[in-house]
Amino acid sequence: MPSRICTRFSYEGMCPEMDNIELKRRANEIRKGILTGVHAAKSGHPGGSLSATEIFTYLYFEEMHVDPANPVDPKRDRLVLSKGHCAPGLYATLAEKGFFPKDWLLTLRHVGSRLQGHPNMNDTPGIDMSTGSLGQGISVAVGMALSAQMFGDTNRVYALLGDGEIEEGQVWEAAMLAGNHKLDNLCVIVDNNNLQIDGPITEVNPAYPIDEKFRAFNFHVINVADGSDFDQLRAAFTEAREIQGMPTAIICKTVKGKGVSFMEDQVGWHGKAPNDEQYAEAMAELTKAGEEL
Amino acid sequence: MSDVQKIATRASYGAALVELGNEHDDLVVLDADLAAATQTGKFKAAHPERFVDVGIAEANLIGVAAGIATTGRVPFASTFAMFAAGRAFEQIRNSVGYPHLNVKIGATHAGISVGEDGASHQCNEDIALMRTIPGMTVVCPADDVEARALVKAAYEFVGPMYMRFGRLAAPVIHDETTYKFELGRGIVERKGTDVTVVATGLMVGEALQAAEELAKAGIDAEVINIHTIKPLDEELIVSSASKTGKVVTVEEHSIIGGLGSAVCDALAEKCPVPVRKIGVNDTFGESGPAVELLVKYGLSAQNIVSQVTDFLK
Repeated sequence: MPSRICTRFSYEGMCPEMDNIELKRRANEIRKGILTGVHAAKSGHPGGSLSATEIFTYLYFEEMHVDPANPVDPKRDRLVLSKGHCAPGLYATLAEKGFFPKDWLLTLRHVGSRLQGHPNMNDTPGIDMSTGSLGQGISVAVGMALSAQMFGDTNRVYALLGDGEIEEGQVWEAAMLAGNHKLDNLCVIVDNNNLQIDGPITEVNPAYPIDEKFRAFNFHVINVADGSDFDQLRAAFTEAREIQGMPTAIICKTVKGKGVSFMEDQVGWHGKAPNDEQYAEAMAELTKAGEEL
Repeated sequence: MSDVQKIATRASYGAALVELGNEHDDLVVLDADLAAATQTGKFKAAHPERFVDVGIAEANLIGVAAGIATTGRVPFASTFAMFAAGRAFEQIRNSVGYPHLNVKIGATHAGISVGEDGASHQCNEDIALMRTIPGMTVVCPADDVEARALVKAAYEFVGPMYMRFGRLAAPVIHDETTYKFELGRGIVERKGTDVTVVATGLMVGEALQAAEELAKAGIDAEVINIHTIKPLDEELIVSSASKTGKVVTVEEHSIIGGLGSAVCDALAEKCPVPVRKIGVNDTFGESGPAVELLVKYGLSAQNIVSQVTDFLK
């Protein structure tokens, strides 16, 4: 894997295809990690972890300045997983990046594990904030960005939210403050897979139009038509980085359960683990997908 | 007490923040549209670049403070007790307590002495709520001297802390030149042998007044000031209780879950003696001048005298 800086410049120049293939390989491995963790835990949230897999991959392998050897570097970029139930996705990504051994994934949600059901910053290397109670993470990300702005730090702060999560009022309290303080070091990402526990977002209490809402809160808004497409993610994150004087919201259309055919766009896979048979089927599918890359 | 100086502990909080801000560049103060009332406006005037007003959004206030704390700076987040411990309880629990972040919560206008604003703003439940959070330090200073010392200690202390301040001007009962604040250590304000009166916050002054009245009737009360309700100075309370054999607790807070409950928790295990709890008796307050409310709800020296006298019969 080329270094982050090398990757960026090579994209501008010679070999974006190779980068994308490498990213896709990483994403495929991360998907396997998600399935492995949730299967071993016999519980957890595969659906939203799989919908955000490319977002996690892009953030940790292209976008963010992070060092697995120094996970608490004060100068690092930070991700707050505001939709904390998608911890399996973040754990699998951190393991793939080298923050901790992949076999930790087998301990997910077990007594005494370093991998809690929802992220805990004091248990797991690479976790920047303990989350899980929806709506709270974005406030913390705003605090991190505000602190950086106040003290002249140059790091960036990312917050990943679910599209169901943004029904929480606290999200908009945080967004209002971020817009008013022109936090251009803050990038909010919404994983818009259109499914929440009780059903499709559109049938529960839709927060649509998401883009117009963030725009009204003084965000620069980027709509990504396919949040699993690395070219589209690259374009969005590159644009976000260049925006000055306002925070950015990247609204990614995604598919819940992405990459595992029987889980795709199925609300039932929000918070359920595959049984042994389903796990074998999913892993076979991902292995085949990996071989085709 | 008319010649005694009176200062609200919220004013002490505001003044101490300004001084701390002069000394420490990493101190940040946040408020939620109550900067005049909580007195953080003084810090805003002195250090505008390190002051953030999040507007009327207490859930976000706590989350933003947590985020600042993750970057190594020291946030003091301020609002009324009702909206900190009450409205933002779960944010404090999950975004501050669980990750054990170094957030200082300055909660003003606690208790019934809020006065005319009435029951909606009179938080008599905050100590109970905050002390259930693992790792949370809960402190309620008695006067200006103690409050200012507390704020300085809060900056030096690493970990989440809930500080409870009052709106009402309270008698200054400590001498700044001799006063020493130690987190988690109670203070024997008056030695006695017949009964232990354990008080916190505004009630420490009332308990001391009551003790003088009781002395005239031949009752020698020991008065202990428990500014730090969590972690509780169990050793001091147990040693006093084992000497006097009877304990009265006094707090401007519900009798459920506050100082009285904390003291009973300790005594039940280590020194089971009879305890009488004086506080707000499982009821909501009402509008009225603070001093009148304190009398009506039994939070006065006079009521402490009659309760102790009755208790010792």
